[in-house]
Amino acid sequence: MASVLDETPRTNDGTLARLVRSLRWYYVAMIAFLLIYPLITGGFWTVQIGAQTLILGTIALSLMLLAGYGGMVSLSQLTIAGLAGYMIAVFGGASGGLGLGWPPFVAIPMAIAVATLFATLVGVISVRTEGIYTIMITLAVGMAFYFFVLQNREIFNAFDGFAGLRPPLVLGINMREANNFYFFCLAIAGFGYCLVLYLSRAPFGLALQAVRDNPRRMRALGFNIQAHRVAAHALAGFLAALGGMLLVWMNGQISPGSVGIAPLISILIIAILGGIRHPVGPFIGALIFVLLDNFAMQLIGGDRFNTVIGLIFLVIVLFSPDGVLGLWKMFRNRLRRQPQDSVESRTE
Amino acid sequence: MTLFLLTLLNGLTLAGLYFLVASGFSLVFGLMRNINLAHGSLYLLGGYIGYSTFRATGSWELGVVVGTLSMAAAGVLLQYFIFRFMEGEELRQTLVTIALSIVAADLMLWYWGGTAYQFTTPDWIRGAVSLPFTPLRYPTYRLAILVAAVVVGIALWLFLNRTRIGMMVRAGVDDKDMLAASGVNVQLLFCVTFAIGAGLAGLAGVLGGSYLSLAPGEDMRFLLASLIVVIVGGMGSIVGAGIGAVLIGLTEQFGLAYAPAYAPVYTFLILVFVLAFRPQGIVGRPLQS
Repeated sequence: MASVLDETPRTNDGTLARLVRSLRWYYVAMIAFLLIYPLITGGFWTVQIGAQTLILGTIALSLMLLAGYGGMVSLSQLTIAGLAGYMIAVFGGASGGLGLGWPPFVAIPMAIAVATLFATLVGVISVRTEGIYTIMITLAVGMAFYFFVLQNREIFNAFDGFAGLRPPLVLGINMREANNFYFFCLAIAGFGYCLVLYLSRAPFGLALQAVRDNPRRMRALGFNIQAHRVAAHALAGFLAALGGMLLVWMNGQISPGSVGIAPLISILIIAILGGIRHPVGPFIGALIFVLLDNFAMQLIGGDRFNTVIGLIFLVIVLFSPDGVLGLWKMFRNRLRRQPQDSVESRTE
Repeated sequence: MTLFLLTLLNGLTLAGLYFLVASGFSLVFGLMRNINLAHGSLYLLGGYIGYSTFRATGSWELGVVVGTLSMAAAGVLLQYFIFRFMEGEELRQTLVTIALSIVAADLMLWYWGGTAYQFTTPDWIRGAVSLPFTPLRYPTYRLAILVAAVVVGIALWLFLNRTRIGMMVRAGVDDKDMLAASGVNVQLLFCVTFAIGAGLAGLAGVLGGSYLSLAPGEDMRFLLASLIVVIVGGMGSIVGAGIGAVLIGLTEQFGLAYAPAYAPVYTFLILVFVLAFRPQGIVGRPLQS
């Protein structure tokens, strides 16, 4: 049985200290790269690759928080992001005179709040279930939402959805400009990353991981495990809503197709592909996914993108349950010729 | 009154189709705890293969047989090459079968294209019959689906409760290790059960392709329907799948007939209601954790 602190590999020799030092190097280099990235690349690379990776990574990060720390695999994270996007259109207004036309500083917080509330409700329903049932109920929630927006004309404008959605001007900064939008996405993604990383050590996050590992013991210790799980859903919902807001601004439109089964599963693929043991995983997964999405067609010809991504996903889940991060860990351990220093145990 | 009766019959025939798909899903889960989220792909692939057979030979009956048997074989392959290596790992099974269903959906789209196909049913079930005591005439084929579902349901029940293999299957649901210890080849039993479950999906694919149509996206529709039916009815129970199918089929059709704007939401409300008051499903047993 894993202890609640098993996220860090613990070794008694000097490797840990060396690891921490090299990690810091890594961090500085990464931050520097992320900051100068838009300056050395063009519009397509900045928005289509850079910003999209950050946005999808943020939504997948919310799943990583639930699945990695909470042990709850939810397929409805994109639904929550989609609801936030829809609410931005409904409250803020879209092209063709649709929406209520509230000012952005009211519409955006309202949209995030509605989506977070919805995520909490999904949490209340789904924490009654466990394991596979959670996946099924959240998949059902996602599909029900898809069919609902497809049929509802009064609020969600049915099949057509909303178009002409653009980020507002904030303090005179034009968010519609590629570099500004990229930095805005970077700020939100960085906020989410730090929040989730902080949670892995904060009392709430530790309790959540303990609930994942042994709910019965935590209940015996006097923790309200249902409340912890619902709170995790609410927090993950907030992150997903932020990602959904960025996504709708990047695409400029939202329609039932944006919250259909395929994008729902994409978020799961992204999180699992990268690895759900560390918050950096979803962003790695998102980068691979976005690169494949944009360049797979040129590599293999035709439009069999789904076959390629499905096969890659299949290989990853068959051979490395912890995604690319797990592959990296195996590679590193083999290189050092020492047994794996942290045994990850999963809850059944 | 006519609308009510027609809706009732439509709901029951749809329930018959849902039962055929969901009972296979439920059987596989009940015995082996295997989560096969590629079950919808088996439905659609069975339908497509049946359709290609039908086009090549002109025989609808042969299409039914080939569709069913090919998916039964696919089920054995799935059990032998995939599920055998990940017993008890629910999350991995889920992810692997999702990956398989993505690849399968894309390859089916590649081979059969995006057009919708529909079978032409043979003469003996074409046309409509007059229903006794009512002025209605109802398509024979739909009634045939209903009959097929009832027959399959009774056969499954008899198989599970009255035969030696069925007894082993039920013993396997309760305690797999004990069953293996008493000399039963559990792997073979698993393959047989998976073949039945997947074969039922293939059968439903051909029958559904004659009633609705075969098109990309139907795999997900029937996967979702199976999920909801077995969650509402109770996992691993044939009776539960039957109750769930009738409830969901009727809800969908009555919703469509009387308040079409929010039809998908009613099904979902039933799901939430059941999960709130009876998380194990209507006839399901509580999970042992």
